[in-house]
Amino acid sequence: MTQDLDSRPVVGTSAHPGTALPRPQSQSAGDTPTRESGMVFDVTDLAVHYGAFTAVREVDLKIRPNEITSFIGPSGCGKSTVLRCFNRMNDTISGARVEGDLRYRGVDLYAPSVSATQVRKHIGMVFQKPNPFPKSIYDNVAYGPRLAGMSSRSDLDAIVEQSLRGAALWEEVENRLKSSAMGLSGGQQQRLCIARALAVQPDVILMDEPCSALDPIATARIEDLMQEIKTKYTIIIVTHSMQQAARISDRTAFFTTEVSSEGDRRAGVLVEYDRTDRMFANPADDRTEAYVTGRFG
Amino acid sequence: MTAVLETPPAPSPSEALLADLAGVSGRRKLKNLVMTILMGASLVVILIVIVLVLVTVIGKGWSIVASSFPDWFTTDIPLSPRRPGPGMKAAIIGTIVTTVTATAIAVPLGIAGAVYLNEYGKQNVFARILRFFTSVMAGVPSIVMGLFIYVFWVVPRGTDGLNGFSGALALACLMLPIIVRSTEEMLKLVPQNLRDASYALGATSSRTTLTVVIPKASPGIISGALLAIARAAGETAPLIFTIGAAKASNWNPFSGTNTSLSLQIYANAKESFANANERAWGSALTLITLAVLFTIAARILSARISRGSAS
Repeated sequence: MTQDLDSRPVVGTSAHPGTALPRPQSQSAGDTPTRESGMVFDVTDLAVHYGAFTAVREVDLKIRPNEITSFIGPSGCGKSTVLRCFNRMNDTISGARVEGDLRYRGVDLYAPSVSATQVRKHIGMVFQKPNPFPKSIYDNVAYGPRLAGMSSRSDLDAIVEQSLRGAALWEEVENRLKSSAMGLSGGQQQRLCIARALAVQPDVILMDEPCSALDPIATARIEDLMQEIKTKYTIIIVTHSMQQAARISDRTAFFTTEVSSEGDRRAGVLVEYDRTDRMFANPADDRTEAYVTGRFG
Repeated sequence: MTAVLETPPAPSPSEALLADLAGVSGRRKLKNLVMTILMGASLVVILIVIVLVLVTVIGKGWSIVASSFPDWFTTDIPLSPRRPGPGMKAAIIGTIVTTVTATAIAVPLGIAGAVYLNEYGKQNVFARILRFFTSVMAGVPSIVMGLFIYVFWVVPRGTDGLNGFSGALALACLMLPIIVRSTEEMLKLVPQNLRDASYALGATSSRTTLTVVIPKASPGIISGALLAIARAAGETAPLIFTIGAAKASNWNPFSGTNTSLSLQIYANAKESFANANERAWGSALTLITLAVLFTIAARILSARISRGSAS
């Protein structure tokens, strides 16, 4: 499957940071953790097919720890599809097939011995539309810990409070933990979903357009929250808003659709992946420049 | 040019625009009137039928049920159809015993089957075959279900086979397709993003089904099951060959013949004696009352559950 990956041409190599790049000078703080010098994700020649249709191909990415990486690009370019590879959510779609090498802290995520449900306990996800369970606020947050077998009331209370505080929601809901999560506003529901993901104590949080259903104020709260929690987690976010990518992310990957060489079907490809400031100020690829300046997309 | 903005004079309305914006045409008004009357009339027809049924059943059944009040519910059926007076305890007990037993068989099986179809089988060949035969089964006349149980369950056991459980088996066959189909529809309505949320937290598919999908669908699953139960409680044909014709009360579904309100309506209405016919009307009133009470209880239960889970 991946034996000939070195011989394959790679799109966007000119600007590909690769391993040769020096450590990122994190704009916000120079204290990029060094506890593990390795990458969180190391993706080589990834391709995803739905039946006969190729959604995205030739993706090479390295995701660094404690950074926010954003995926941008026009609709249908495969950015959400790639995101869903990182926690194997594509497994739930029948006919989806993932090819290539996707390593999470050195482990091949698609190895036969790796269980998708275990992967998802390390790599949490927040979806486009807030999707709290029709249960109480407390039960929503406690869902993950209970899955992991936690049943002691005091442990659960502690982790629920900690997660809700982590998602900047505690003050708003501490007096109504037993009431239904469906009564919260859209922005609160999305922060509840983040709290629910945090309660599993993941290493990585994947966010699939988490703010697209929210108003600017709720969006700002989520963005502030992401900046706060990135010291503890690695975050990958898919966004349709270039401004959002520019505001919050350390690195940006630009995807687009391209007619594949062997057929006339369009498939998503990774065009360029670099530090966000460079991607927006001085992109290496013309297509990136056209997209970020608004001439296309 | 000075920056003074002049207010243009209000335009006088043009005739053509006025005519175009003017309300509905006479033809549309007429159509509207005719359709409104037709819909109102169909509602009235339906109401007339319901009211007539209720008035007749109450009018003819009330006297025997109320004549010597608790006797109707506390004494067994007179041995001779010629004798006057109340007593339908055996049939009330029989209806409860067979319906409850049938529910205990059909509801868990039906829900499990629907969960398989919607959550696991989806569109595979086996699931498609199951779905097809479920539809076929839903269209089978109830007397055929009764015959089926008679041939394959009652006959091999001889006269011991005539009991409440055999009747319940026949009713369960009738309920099963209704429950499978309504439950599958309800499970289909559960949004995929709730399942995704559960999977993304590391839940297995069985855990997701039990803790997210079924609770979310439960109000609908319950009302589907109640519909099936109400249908079964009123069925006569599946019981004719399967539960015997007892006149004495029997709480035990596994041994001894039994009877039911629907069977008693059938048996007593056939008789030429006025006393028996009166008991048939009394049984009809009792059955309708039981169904109404059951529906109200079900609504309350269903509302309580949906308040607990959704919105």
